[in-house]
Amino acid sequence: MNNEFILEMNHISKTFPGVKALEDVQLKVRKGTVHALMGENGAGKSTLMKILIGIQPADAGGELIYKGKPVTIQSTNDALGMGISMIHQELSPIPHMTIAENIFLGRESTKGKTFWVDDEEMNRKAVELFKQLDIELDPRKKMKELSIANTQMVEIAKAISYNSELIIMDEPTSAITEKEVNHLFTIIRGLREKGVSIIYISHKMDEIFRISDDITVFRDGQYVTTKRADELDNNKLISLMVGRELKAMFPKEEVPIGEVLMEVKNFTRKGYFEDVSFQVRRGEILGFAGLMGAGRTEVMEALFGVTQKDAGEVYVEGKKIEIKTPKDAIANKLALLTEDRKLTGCFLPLSIRDNIAVASIDKYRSGLLINPKKINDECGAASKKLNVKTPSLDQLIKNLSGGNQQKVLIARWLQTDPDILIIDEPTRGIDVGAKSEIHKLMSALAKQGKAVIMVSSELPEILGMSDRVIVMHNGKIKGELDRSEATQERVMEYAIG
Amino acid sequence: MKADNVAQKNSRDFKEILGQFMNKYAIFLVLVLMVIILSIISPTFLRSRNLLNVVRQISMIAIIAMGVTFIIITGGIDLSSGSVVALSGVVAASVVTGGKYPVIVGILVGMAVGSLAGGIAGWIITRQNIPAFISTLGMMISARGAALLYTDGKPVTGFTPGFEYIAGGYILGVPTPIYILAIVTVVSHILLKHTKFGKYVYAIGGNYNAAIVSGINAKNIVLKVYMFAGLLTGLTGVILASRLSAGQPTAAVGYELDAIAAATIGGVSHSGGIGTIPGTIVGALIMGVLNNGLDLMNVSAYWQQIIKGIIIVSAVVMDKKRNR
Repeated sequence: MNNEFILEMNHISKTFPGVKALEDVQLKVRKGTVHALMGENGAGKSTLMKILIGIQPADAGGELIYKGKPVTIQSTNDALGMGISMIHQELSPIPHMTIAENIFLGRESTKGKTFWVDDEEMNRKAVELFKQLDIELDPRKKMKELSIANTQMVEIAKAISYNSELIIMDEPTSAITEKEVNHLFTIIRGLREKGVSIIYISHKMDEIFRISDDITVFRDGQYVTTKRADELDNNKLISLMVGRELKAMFPKEEVPIGEVLMEVKNFTRKGYFEDVSFQVRRGEILGFAGLMGAGRTEVMEALFGVTQKDAGEVYVEGKKIEIKTPKDAIANKLALLTEDRKLTGCFLPLSIRDNIAVASIDKYRSGLLINPKKINDECGAASKKLNVKTPSLDQLIKNLSGGNQQKVLIARWLQTDPDILIIDEPTRGIDVGAKSEIHKLMSALAKQGKAVIMVSSELPEILGMSDRVIVMHNGKIKGELDRSEATQERVMEYAIG
Repeated sequence: MKADNVAQKNSRDFKEILGQFMNKYAIFLVLVLMVIILSIISPTFLRSRNLLNVVRQISMIAIIAMGVTFIIITGGIDLSSGSVVALSGVVAASVVTGGKYPVIVGILVGMAVGSLAGGIAGWIITRQNIPAFISTLGMMISARGAALLYTDGKPVTGFTPGFEYIAGGYILGVPTPIYILAIVTVVSHILLKHTKFGKYVYAIGGNYNAAIVSGINAKNIVLKVYMFAGLLTGLTGVILASRLSAGQPTAAVGYELDAIAAATIGGVSHSGGIGTIPGTIVGALIMGVLNNGLDLMNVSAYWQQIIKGIIIVSAVVMDKKRNR
C-alpha cells in the first residue's frame, strides 16, 4: 500500500494577495495511471500544478510526498531532477531556435567534457526521440516554421524526453486535431504501460473519459473528490465540477428564421480560402465547423476587412457592399469577436469600461471630449446586461476570468449595435458555467433578429447551437447540413475532406 | 511527370536556399556593395593603410557592441556604455600613471570596474525587476558623475610607453587594437554560438517563461550578460585612455548609441532572441566604412549624421521585410 501512490499532495494552500487560490487541497496519484484533474477555470488546477513543478511556492503547512518520501520542490530544476516534467498550457516555444535546441534546452549535450555544445548530437537525439514517438519532423527546423499543432507535438515530445516518472499535461490537446489527439493517446497508453504516471488536465470531457483512470475534481480552490473514471459519467462529472446539475448544456431556443441578411459570393483569398459562398438569415445561428487550419477564421477576417480578399462579393440586405477595413465592416453593422481573446480581443491593461467603449467611442462624446457620465452609464448598463461579474467598471480586464472577459467583449460589440455577429470560438478556454451563459446570450441575440455566425472547433457546440452547419476543409466549403441532419459523424466526414 | 516534379522541387529548393542565403548574408552583401562603390569613387579607399585605419577606428565601438549584442538578444538594452568607458578609463589610468603599477594591472582594473558597473545594473534589473532602460539610464548618469568625481574633472595623464602601446602600437604593421578586436570577436562568437551560456541567452530573449520552465536560471544568466558586457566596456575604457594618452572623465559620450546602432544594423532584434556576433561586426564595419567613405568624398559631418540615422532605420526596415 505504501508504494501505491507515486505522488501525494496534502493540505496544500496558496494565497495570492486578496485571493485564496487553493485551500487545503489534496491530490493522490497512483503509480502507472492517468489521473485527470478537473474543475472549472479558476478552480485551482493550474495553480496546484505550478506548485508541483516549482514555478510557484505553496503557503507553508502543506505536505508533498513523492515516491513515498517527503520532498520539497523549490524550482523547476528540482522537479525535473526528481523526474517530474510538464507540458504547459500556454505553448512556449523559443521561435528562433531549432526544434532540437528547444527540446534539450537546459540540458544541452556537449562535446566530451568541454563547454562546446554539440548541436549534431542533439539533432541525433531528437531524431531518435521522434522515431520512438512516431513523429515526423526535422529537428533542425526552427520552431517558428512549425504549425501550432506541430509546436504542441514538440512540447509533448519535450516533456516525455526527460524520461520522467510523472508527467503533467495541462491542456495538451488545445491546439491539435483529432488525428493527433489519437496519436497522443497512443503515446500516453505506452507511457502508462511503462509505469509512468500522468496528471491530465483538459476541458474536453470525451478525452477525459477516453484516457483517464482516476478523476480528481476541484471547485473554487477546494478539493471536491477523487473517483475512479468508471464511477462517473459526463453529467455526474459536470455536476461535481459546477456543484449543480446543468440542465441544458446548450440552451438553444427555437427562433423563427427570417429574411436573408447577408450573402457572401465566391469569396477567395489566395492560399487561404477559395470560392466560399454562403448566406445567413435573421434569427439564425450559422455554425462553421472544420479542423484547425481549414480557413474558417481567415474567411471571417477577410469578411471583416482585417485582411483583403482577392475576389468575391458581399451583399447585406440585397445591397452590394465593399468592406476594406474593419471600420467599413462596423459601419455595415458587422461585428467580429476574434478567436484569441488575449491577442486580438482584450486590451489587457485597460479597464472594463474602456474595453467595452473602444469600438463605439463616438457614442460617448460631448463635443471633442468623452463625457464621463455617458460612458459610465452606457458601459455600466452593458456590463450589467451581460452579467459581467465585477465589483466595478474600473476593474482591469486582465483580472477577469476568461468567461467574464468574453462577456465584456460581447458587450463591446453589442454597443456598436450590429446586425451580424461573427463569433470565432465563442467559448474557448471558458469554464462550463460561463460557457452556458454565452450560449444563452447567442440564442437571445438570434431571437432579437440578429444573424449569428459561429466558428467553433468543438463539435458538441456546433451541433448544439447551430441552425445550420457549414463545414470547411482546406479553404473550401465541403458541405452544408441542417440542424436536423447534422451529426458528429457527418460533420467529421466533411471536415476530413 | 516525375522528372517535372523533380525539376520543380529542385527549382523550389534553389529558391529556398537563395532566400535563406539572402536572409543570412543580406547585411554582409550591403557591406561588400559599399566597399565596391567606394573603391570606384575614391582610389585611396582600398589602400591597406586606409582600410586598417577604418578597422582601427571602429574597434572600440565594435568591442562595446559585442557586449551590447548579448544584452539586446536577452531583450535588454545598455545606455551606460559611454559613461562606463570613461569611468573605467580614468580608474585604469590612475593605476598605471607614472608607472605606479604594471600595465597588465591597469588593464585588469579597467575591466573589473566595467564589470562591476555592469553587475550593478544587472543586479538592479534582475533582482529589483527594474526595466533595463531605467537601470542603465541611472548607471549612465551615475558612472559619468563617478568618473568626474574620481578625477576632480581633470584628465589623468603620465603614462609609460607600455600603456600607450595598447592603442598606439603596431604588430606586423597592424595596429594593436585590431588584434584586441579580433580576439574579443572570436571569444564572443564562440561564447554566444557554441556554449550553453549562449544558448540560454537566445532562449531568454526568445521566450523568457519557456526558459524558466526548462530549468534555466534566467536571472543569473542575465546578470552575467550585463557583467560580460561591462567587462568589454571596461576593456574599451583602457584602450581609449591609451589612445588619448589620458584618462578623460568626459570622454566617450554617445558611444552607447553607436554600439547599439552597430548591433542593430547587424541584425540584432530589439524584441530579443535574434542576433549574431558576425552580424554586429558587419554592422560596425558598415558604420566605419560609411564614415570613412563620406570623409573621403568630403561630405560634411552634418550630412554624415543625417545619413547614419537613415541607414540605421533602413537596416531595421529591411530586416522586418525579410523576416515577414
